[in-house]
Formats: sequence, C-alpha cells, structure tokens
Amino acid sequence: MSIADKIIAGEIRAVARLIRDIDDMVPEAREVLKDLYPFTGRAYIVGITGAPGVGKSTLVDQMVTHLRKAEKTVGVLAVDPTSPFSGGAILGDRVRMQRHSMDEGVFIRSMATRGYFGGLTQSTKSAIDVLDAMGKDYILVETVGVGQDEIDIVRSADTTLIVLIPGMGDDIQALKAGILEVGDIFVINKADREGADRTISDLRLMIEMDEKRYENGWKPPILTAQAVFDKGIREILDEVEKHATYLRSSTERQSGIKYEKVRNELAEMIKDKVVHDILSDLIQSGEFEEAVQLVLQRKLDPYTACDNIISKRLKRGTK
Amino acid sequence: MNQKRKIRVLVAKPGLDGHDRGARIIARAYRDGGFEVVYSGLHQTPEEIVQAAIQEDVDMIGLSSLAGAHMYLFPRVVELLKEKGADDIMVCGGGIFPEEDIPQLKKAGIKEIFTPGTPLAEAVKWVKENVEPRT
Repeated sequence: MSIADKIIAGEIRAVARLIRDIDDMVPEAREVLKDLYPFTGRAYIVGITGAPGVGKSTLVDQMVTHLRKAEKTVGVLAVDPTSPFSGGAILGDRVRMQRHSMDEGVFIRSMATRGYFGGLTQSTKSAIDVLDAMGKDYILVETVGVGQDEIDIVRSADTTLIVLIPGMGDDIQALKAGILEVGDIFVINKADREGADRTISDLRLMIEMDEKRYENGWKPPILTAQAVFDKGIREILDEVEKHATYLRSSTERQSGIKYEKVRNELAEMIKDKVVHDILSDLIQSGEFEEAVQLVLQRKLDPYTACDNIISKRLKRGTK
Repeated sequence: MNQKRKIRVLVAKPGLDGHDRGARIIARAYRDGGFEVVYSGLHQTPEEIVQAAIQEDVDMIGLSSLAGAHMYLFPRVVELLKEKGADDIMVCGGGIFPEEDIPQLKKAGIKEIFTPGTPLAEAVKWVKENVEPRT
C-alpha cells in the first residue's frame, strides 16, 4: 500500500507521519501531497482565530463535541508559536481537548509556526489537505494569536470565526483593518464578563459602517458564548451551517470563491518555494553570509546586496 | 534543501496526579532546547497518552509522576505502544521513585529515569544525545 493509499484509508500513523514530513520539508512529502490532491475538497474547513487567551482551544473542544454528536468526523489543527530564539515550541492546545483523544472519529494535531521560511501557511495548508483526504467531514484550524499571517490561513477556510472577549474596545479599533475584515462569524467568548454589551455594540457599529461590503451578501453575525460552560456553541455551529448554505446558494459565488482560493494558494506556494529554494541555496553556498558581512561592515547597502543576489540567481534559475 | 528534522516530545501526566510544576518546567526546558513539546495536561490514562503520541508523531514521551502509581502506569504506556506498533517511540520517566523501582522500570522498557535534582541542562542534553528524530 502506498502512503497515499494508507492516508485515504485513514491510517493514523501514516497521517501523523506525513504531517511531520510536511513540517520538516521532506521532499518526498510533496509527492504524496500530489497523489492526495484528487481526494481533497470534500471537508468543510472552519478557521478559528483571535488574540491569545480568548478561549479558542476551549471553543474548538466544544465544537468537536457537538459535531461528534451529529456523527460528523473531525480533524483539528492547532497552531502555536515557535520560539524565535531556540526554535522550540510548547504546543499546549491539546490540553483543552484531551477528552477527545480516545475518539477514533477525531484527529488532533498540534503544529508550531516554525517561522523562518514562512512555512506556517504552507505546511498548515498541506496538513488541511491531508486531513481532508483522510476523510474528515470537518476540519477546525485554530491559529496562533492574531497577527497578519493568520489572514492567510483564514483564506483557506470556508468559514472563519473571529473570537473576542469583552473589554477589548480599543483593541477592536486596532484590529479593524486586519483580521476583522475577514471574519464570517464573530464570537464574543467569556460573555459573562463585564463589558460584553459594549463589545457587541462596538462590533456592530463597525460592521454597520461597512454596510456596502455586505450589501448583497453575507453579513457577519455577532454571537456570544461561554465556551467553558458549553453555552452558545450550538448557535455558533448553526451559523457555520448557514454560512455554508450561503456559500453554496449561488454557483457564481461559489466558483468565484474557489477561483480566489486557488489563485491565492498557488501564488503563496510559488512564493514559498522560490524563497525557500533560493534562500537555502544561498545559505548553503555561503553567499548569504558573505552578503550579510558586507552589509554589516557597511561596505554595501542591503538594497544593492539584494539586487545583486536576485539578478544573479534569476539568470541562473533556481535549479 | 532538507532542513534538519526537529525533535518532537510529548510531556504527559499519567494518572491521578495533580502536580505538574515539574512537567511544565521540563516542557519549558525542552522548548529552550529547541524541541517541539506537546503538553498533554493532567490526569491522562495511558491509552490517551499513547493515542496523543501517535497523532502528534513524537519521538519521545516524557512521563511525569509524583504520586506513586508509576509501577503500573509507566510500563502500561510501553505495552500499549507495542500493541499499536508504535514502540519506536521512546519512553522516559521523571519524578519521585523509590530507588528499587528504577531497575524494574528500565527492565519494563523505560529508557531513562530522571529523579529530583537533575539539572535541566542535563535533561535536555540527554534527549539531544539519545533521541534521533525519525527519518
């Protein structure tokens, strides 16, 4: 049996191993992903994002419980940050989801951002494909705390939940331009805390101000939840379902979204591969260090150093 | 182009033992050592630990126990790994153990036992020297 066959058959070890290979950038993993691609596109992908500590993992845990009650199989990808100093990471999202570890219908995987080559987006996306191909009905992707990179992950989700907590009034303003624009559903978690009403009205105001964007389409609902007490979870999943129905309701819209998705994914993939190939080649050959030293000694400005490298490389090609 | 493989470790608390300060400190030290550390949380059964280790594709499981049930819990994890065909995952233990238990635990397949007073640097060094990330 090939690795791809094992994954399609749902073999846990093969799945776990392939995700590791993807993370470690083993060239063979890419070949397996090619074989798996025809089997992807069936799972419904939900992205869950928000600042650290808002309760993303707990929310995911509860959503898994509800989805399992509805007899859906679930894959979870939980991303935590890599330490920029040691390259290590503590992946703690599993702590909140431990009650699902014996459930054969649930596969949970923690991933680190790893940072350096921008591998986050790519390997998380590839891991989504793996869980999709293994036949999970739903894939929940929990991102690290809010930042710019997360928007990319969100792009590969069908529905994106933005999780907030009360008392983030000013923070909402700060977030306005970035992550809030990509939210399909807003969840105010820990809604029993003081200031929930204020957060709701701030958020509502913001959405209303964007009226034009939502004119003929999906206007993001604002929901409240207390994930720890399993409050509001049913309603969240109902909205996810509604959003899915909305996406499916027009073939034009659906193909438009698909087009954008493929376009984005391919552009990202090319960017990642070019950067990775050129940069690792430069590091290996010592050229990179050479350029760093020149700039460091102020014999060369970084712009020229960059232009020199690029023009030299592109003439020679990446291979 | 092949980047170096990263070592992945599961730090787990088996059984009814609520003391996880040690496990957290070890997790932190491992992180600083450059490993990816999955922390299981408290009160895990050996079955849950093994399942998590397989899903996370770790190279090593570090079991922490301060509650005295290690003679059952630790060997049980090794046994279950064997049953699942995952005995390539190394198992180590840390915590408080009567001295006479240690040889028996090692005989049961626990690769190394770390007792109180082990310097963090040494615990990290041991992993670097003894755990080969899978190829």
